[in-house]
Amino acid sequence: MIKKILFQSIFFNFFFLKEVFAAENGGMPQLDPEFWISQIFWLTITFGVLYVTLSKFILPKISSNLERRKSQIQENIEAAEKQRESSEAKLKEYEEIILKSKLEAKNIFKNVREKVIKDINSKKEILDKQIDDEINDAEKEIETLKNIAAEKINKIAIETSSDILKKLIGTEINNSSISAIVDDLTKKNKDKYYGS
Amino acid sequence: MAANPMTQFEVYRIGPEIKIGSIDISFTNASLFMIVSSLAILLIFNLGSKKKSIIPSKIQLLAELSYSFVAKMISDTAGSKAKPYFAFIFSLFMFVLFCNMFGMIPYTFTVTSHIIVTFMLAAFIFIGVTIIGFLKHGFGYLKLFVPSGVPMVLLPLIVIIEIISYLSRPISLSVRLFANMMAGHTMMKVFGGFVISLGIVGGWLPLSFSVALTGLEILVAFLQAYVFAILTCIYLNDALNLHH
Repeated sequence: MIKKILFQSIFFNFFFLKEVFAAENGGMPQLDPEFWISQIFWLTITFGVLYVTLSKFILPKISSNLERRKSQIQENIEAAEKQRESSEAKLKEYEEIILKSKLEAKNIFKNVREKVIKDINSKKEILDKQIDDEINDAEKEIETLKNIAAEKINKIAIETSSDILKKLIGTEINNSSISAIVDDLTKKNKDKYYGS
Repeated sequence: MAANPMTQFEVYRIGPEIKIGSIDISFTNASLFMIVSSLAILLIFNLGSKKKSIIPSKIQLLAELSYSFVAKMISDTAGSKAKPYFAFIFSLFMFVLFCNMFGMIPYTFTVTSHIIVTFMLAAFIFIGVTIIGFLKHGFGYLKLFVPSGVPMVLLPLIVIIEIISYLSRPISLSVRLFANMMAGHTMMKVFGGFVISLGIVGGWLPLSFSVALTGLEILVAFLQAYVFAILTCIYLNDALNLHH
């Protein structure tokens, strides 16, 4: 009601304005008040309907949709952040595991190496001992053989010299005297023939 | 000479004469284009808000971009206190924009080229803003007319100037839109008339002018709607947040 009275008062003001402009013929249809009330009336109705429909039905939908999208994006960002954090933690865990297993592998390798070296050393010692023993045995044998060989040579020398003498002289000579001479000679030349 | 460039602004009755008492409220071409503009707005925004998909379709994107455009305009100029008036400013902007744009189609009628329409909108805004100002600040709203930091000697003069500038707001707001629309459409009509009168030989120059003017007028149609809405926001800002 108040609005209507207001419109009317403005209308009458412009009506007065129109009287002023009326002198310069009807150049501007805008200043012809014939349809002013009609325009005001239809403007009020259309704009009113537009405003009510937009504000009550359409704009809330748009705003809720925008809000929903915003919150959805926010949620997605948060979820992505969380997953990134968890994946980072997992990466750290993984790296730790790798580090640990590397250390373990190193230790195992070290232990095995030590064991192997020990084994090798012990086996080597045993082998060395065996070799030494065998060498010793062989040396002993050689020594005995040496000694036996000297006696055998003496015997052979006595026998051959008695044979030679028999053929040369024709008579038998006592073996004991020959052996005495051979002994004497071997004692003299022992160093010469066998070394020490 | 062809048609008078002002005939395009003539309002005529469509259908029978409707009268309430002695007041004539007949349906006219102006009413028709008001309804067409409003229906176009409602259609576009209804389609744009029907489907609520996370990834918007083209029409939904249009509606949402318009929504955020106006929302940003209001929050930039009038702050967060102006949120309850968002729907009004949105409707106002869209109504003026669509009326301007429909006026750009040949043989249509430009609703906003009529001073009575723009003046009604401006007067409604002016009265509404003044009521809001007095409701929010009581008589403290009158401080609007007393800028701070003015020497006492100049104060009476300044207050008078402020009051005059405040009271002339609806006039400047309505005349700006009305004059822009009327001048633009008149000019286009005049150049169009030149094309006819100069014929095939000399008509090319005004024709190219007319084409350029059409582009300019579309820009002006948008710009004036924007200016209308943003000035409303500024007036609302004065009423909501007293700065002086």
